[in-house]
Order: sequence, then C-alpha cells, then structure tokens
Amino acid sequence: MFRRERSIPLRGSAAALCNNLSVLQLPARNLTHFGVVHGPSAQLLSAAPEGVPLAQRQLHAKEGAGVSPPLITQIHWCVLPFRVLLVLTSHRGIQMYESDGSVMVYWHALDAGDASLVQAVFARGIAASGHYVCVGTWSGRVLVFDIPTKGPNIVLSEELARHQTPISDIATEPAQGQDCMADTVTADDSGLLCVWRSGPKFKLLTQIPGFGVPCSSVQLWQGTVAAGYGNGQVRLYEASTGSIHVQIDAHARAICALDLAPEVGKLLSAAEDTFIHIWKLSRSPEDGCIEVEHCHGECVPDTQLCGARFCDPSGSSFAVTGYDLAEILRFSSM
Amino acid sequence: MSMRTLPLLFLNLGGEMLYILDQRLRAQNIPGDKARKVMNDIISTMFNQKFMEELFKPQELYSKKALRTVYDRLAHASIMRLNQASMDKLYDLMTMAFKYQVLLCPRPKDVLLVTLNHLDAIKGLIQDSPTILHQVDETFRQLTDIYGDLSAGEFQLIRQTLLIFFQDLHIRVSIFLKDKVQNSNGRFVLPVSGPVPWGTEVPGLIRTFNNKGKEVKKTEFKHGGSYVAALKAGSLELYGDRVLKLGTNMYSVNRPVETHMSAASKNLASRTQESIVPNPLAKEELNLLARLIGGMEIQKPSGPEPGFRLNLFTTDEEEEQAALTRPEELSYEVINIQATQDQQTNQELERIMGEFEITDQSRRSASKGDDWLAMMDEL
Repeated sequence: MFRRERSIPLRGSAAALCNNLSVLQLPARNLTHFGVVHGPSAQLLSAAPEGVPLAQRQLHAKEGAGVSPPLITQIHWCVLPFRVLLVLTSHRGIQMYESDGSVMVYWHALDAGDASLVQAVFARGIAASGHYVCVGTWSGRVLVFDIPTKGPNIVLSEELARHQTPISDIATEPAQGQDCMADTVTADDSGLLCVWRSGPKFKLLTQIPGFGVPCSSVQLWQGTVAAGYGNGQVRLYEASTGSIHVQIDAHARAICALDLAPEVGKLLSAAEDTFIHIWKLSRSPEDGCIEVEHCHGECVPDTQLCGARFCDPSGSSFAVTGYDLAEILRFSSM
Repeated sequence: MSMRTLPLLFLNLGGEMLYILDQRLRAQNIPGDKARKVMNDIISTMFNQKFMEELFKPQELYSKKALRTVYDRLAHASIMRLNQASMDKLYDLMTMAFKYQVLLCPRPKDVLLVTLNHLDAIKGLIQDSPTILHQVDETFRQLTDIYGDLSAGEFQLIRQTLLIFFQDLHIRVSIFLKDKVQNSNGRFVLPVSGPVPWGTEVPGLIRTFNNKGKEVKKTEFKHGGSYVAALKAGSLELYGDRVLKLGTNMYSVNRPVETHMSAASKNLASRTQESIVPNPLAKEELNLLARLIGGMEIQKPSGPEPGFRLNLFTTDEEEEQAALTRPEELSYEVINIQATQDQQTNQELERIMGEFEITDQSRRSASKGDDWLAMMDEL
C-alpha cells in the first residue's frame, strides 16, 4: 500500500527525542519544509515533491551560562492566522523565527528559579492555537504567547499551571463550534492530559489522569484526543468529557510521535519498536462515539523512530526520522 | 537533559571495562596474584566513597573528553599500564557495549537492571576483600535509594540523555557482528520479536468503549512483529533475578575482543558537538574533574610489585599498527592536565599533581593541549 520514496539526507543524525520531526506543507509553492533536531543544532530543509532537497539551514540553541552547549528539545512550525513562525525550544529557552528560520523575532529565557538541583530545566511542547503559541516547560507550566500579525512584538500572555511534571507535547485544532469548545490539549511525563479552550484567558475544560506512564505525543481531531504513551498504547478520549473510548495496544515500545491528517481523520503512530501504523478515526453513526480501524503498518528495520509526520493533508504520504539516522525517510501510497 | 544520568553512565561503562580487563588479563596469562591486585585496586578506586558521593550529586553529564580522562586514570589505578592504542580500543568496546545495552532496554527503567547486572558481576570479580565488597554494596544501596522510585517519565529522560551521549557512534565490534546483534554498517539490530517490556501489552488489540465506559467491541489488527507477553519484572533487591541479560558479562577467554576501525559514520560535521573551540566556562568541568582525580588513590608503579603492560590486541605489532591507522575522526582527546613551569598554576592542582605521577603518554595535536593549558592558568 505504501512504498519507500527517495530519502532526504540530513547533515546530522536525528536525536533520540520524541516528536522529532516537523513538517510544513506549502502546496501552493510545491514545497515541503522539514525540521529535525540533531542535538545542540537543528536542521531545516526544504524539498520538492520528489524529495529533492533544495535549501537547508542550521539553527543553534542560544548560548547561555553553563558548561556545555545547550541541547535543543524540539523544533516546530506554528501556523497562525496571518503568519507562520518557527519555534525552537531548548535547555535555555524559547526561540521564535520567521518560518524560513532566517530571522529570530523573539527570545524567551527560561526562569530556572524554581528548579531544585535535581531537575533539568528545559522547554518542550509547541503548538499554535488561534493567534497564540503555547510552549511547555520542565516544571509543567505552559507559557502562552500572544503573537501579533507581524513583527516581533510577541508578549507572554499567560502561564497555565496545571501540570506538575515536564510537558511532553501540546496539540491544537480550530474550535469546532458550539458543541465542542476544546481546542488545545497539553500532555506531560506523568501521562496527565489537560483539555483547554484558548482565549485571552485559557479555560481548563477537562483533565484526563495518567496511569504511570509518560504521554509522549498527543493530537486533537474533531473533539477527539489521541494520546500515545510510553507503554506503546494509543488511547482516544472524548475531549469534552475526558472519557476513554478506544484503547489500542499499538506498539511494543514507547510511542515517539503521533500525527494527524485532519481532512480524512487519519492518525499516524510511530514508536521505538521500529514500526509506523496508520489508523482511520471515525464517529459511529448510531451514537457518535469514536471508532478506530487499522489501515496500514510499516517497519523501518533496526531503526528506533523518533519523529513522524504526514506530508500532505489527505494522508497519502508521510515521513519519519530515526535515532542515529542521518536521513528523512519518506513513504507514499501507491 | 536529565541530571541523574552520570552515575548510571559511569557504573555501566566501568563494569564493561572490568569485564574486558578481566578477559585480557587471563588471555595474556598475567600471574594470578598480579591480576587479582589490579582488579581489586581498580574496583576499589572506582567505588571510593568520596568519589561516589561526588558522582551521585545531581549534575549534567561530563563531556566525552572528561569522561574518557576519568577512565584513563581508573585503568591506571594499579600496577598495570596500557598504551594509547589499547586504551582507545578499551574505551571503544566499553562505549559500544553500553550503547547497545541502553538501546535494547525494553523499557527505560530497565537501565537500572542493567546497572545491577554490572554490579553483581563486579562483586564476583573481587577476590578476598570484604572491604571492597562492602563498598560495592554501599553503592548498590545508593543506587536503589535514588533510582528505585524514579518515575517512568524520569527514566525516559535519562534514556534520552544517554542516547544523545552515544549518538553517531558506530564502531563495529567483532563479538557483536558474530552474534548478529550489530550489522556490518555498525548499526545495532533491533529485534521485532520476543517478550514485550514489563507494563506493555502484546500489540494487536483494539478495544472500544461506550459513553458509560463499558467495553463494546474488541478487534484485532496485524502488528507486524511477533511478540509475546513479558515474563516478569526484574528484581531490584541486593540479590535477585534481574531477568534481563543485558549488562551481564559477554566475554570469555575464547571470545577475542576486536573492533573494526572503519568510520561507518559519514557525518563528520556532526562530530563538532564536542567543540574544539575552548569554552572558558569549561574550567568548571576541569575543576570538578581535578577534584575527583585528587580523591582517587593512585598506586605508583614503583614499590615491591613491579608493573606490567596490558595489551588489548593479540600482538604488540597489532597494537602499533592500530595506533598508526586509527581514523582521525575517532581520536579521543584526553584532557592533558600538565602545567608548564613558566606559568602560574593553581595551588590545589599542584598538590593533586604531586600526589601521583603522570607518565609521559603520546598525545595528539599539541595545539589542543595548549588551549586547555591556557585555560588552566586562569584557574
């Protein structure tokens, strides 16, 4: 059903982080941008449809006090109503760039004041919600930045303080209308999920408790929360109530990434067990409950995956990264 | 990223080092009493109480340079000597072995079981010394105290930190190639069969629930692997069945320890992670390292026990050849802590230097040594 396409070479191998691939689809320009974290640096590159690399750029974590160069934890494109920002999180803070990475428009240094000696300080978890960009931190706090339509006048608008352990991932979707107000989900290393409605003041709608395992990746689609956990499970919850609707024993190792093709309700899961699975989400016509069907499984031999994304809105192609692998692997359906 | 990684890194690499040294001492037919002394001396130094106290403090990982220097000193803690080429090979084997173990740990917390496997085996290598045994038991207690209750999330962070440390290392090891756990391109084989980690279900089941939380449907899908249920959780007690085999001694007298020095990694640019440009803040690291080395008891090669040289290769010629042909990108840069007479030196370091002899070992490009030297003068 899927075949391997030409890989895109990377300057540096991908680091063993979760959600270590960001893709910005630019169909109008026949281009796809990819972002991968290597360690103290991250690589951006743009490719033509056949995977031919066109341009690349390396970004570094902004230095600060400390012995070794700071490590980057995540890189992610945030698509806002009037602009696209590239956000980079590290052990020092949060860097925001114009979408091609050419100009840094904002720098936020992390305040390590509350950290005990034992805790590592870092930012991780990036998502755009309306004209806000949410970024998670090591303490569990989620920083909400208000982004103007253009220019560098970015302001920290709010700090959400619900999580007690490091944020792992944040997911958003455009508000679905009256019934479903939830448009943001935050996840942390204890497995706790918080469902929010964004706005000048974010409102907490539900909390979904963890079960002793980190939730490494989360997605939101039509009022359904899809969460990937460290024990290889994917769980689907009703965002408005927090009740569980589907539990999939999907992988034999920790899940490292989830992605969605919102147009068709396809979910992609990738894990350290070398497998990628594609699932079809739907709502039962009788009771409106969430259902899942397995579509496809793919194995990347001997590769501990660390990132995975769909490359087009219909979910007919996807890309993955793997630990120690200096290339982006691409697959497309036949 | 995690501030709790260094003890695990140090103890596991140390364990691998002891396995290899033990094998080489026997392969080279070193007399029993000398071999015993070397092993006891190194283990005793490794588990020195003051050193362990420093080690277990929450801190960032040492740089690769600093860590390598610690093992250099450790290997020379007794009457045994190693040439640069042998030390390089020893370190290659240690790092690839632990990288393999971390990568293959079914769940992040299993790295603790790997560490306990190493400690169990280390205790078996100690001969006639209840004092040293006690030191190791103490360390065991510290380990389980600190790591026994860490959350799955924290272990995942530790795992990621270790993997970042080992990123881009693809040295091919004979014993791994022979056992088919490593491919000829240097990458490890990740099996898609066997027991799933403790706490994970065998993949393949989709369970659907209704609004009231009642299970209404159960379907299966084809996962692609051939996994079976986990057997049982490994024990974290002082004595117990660890279940996991990773971290146990894979060497024996009949299995030679060879490495292939082909630089399988093509991405040399990525190696700039270990920056060549001197970072003035790295003097903090040097300070700590100097304190640690000062805390170690170093046996001088003089005295009643004459020293000997251990060779990690089968012949001296092989060792020489290895030194000449080692690819540039795989050279380790060991911190050269030597002060020149003309420049001011830190008093504390001078005292530490006086406590042990630094034998003249051939170093690589002098320019890097000079950079470090210049930095030392600012201390």
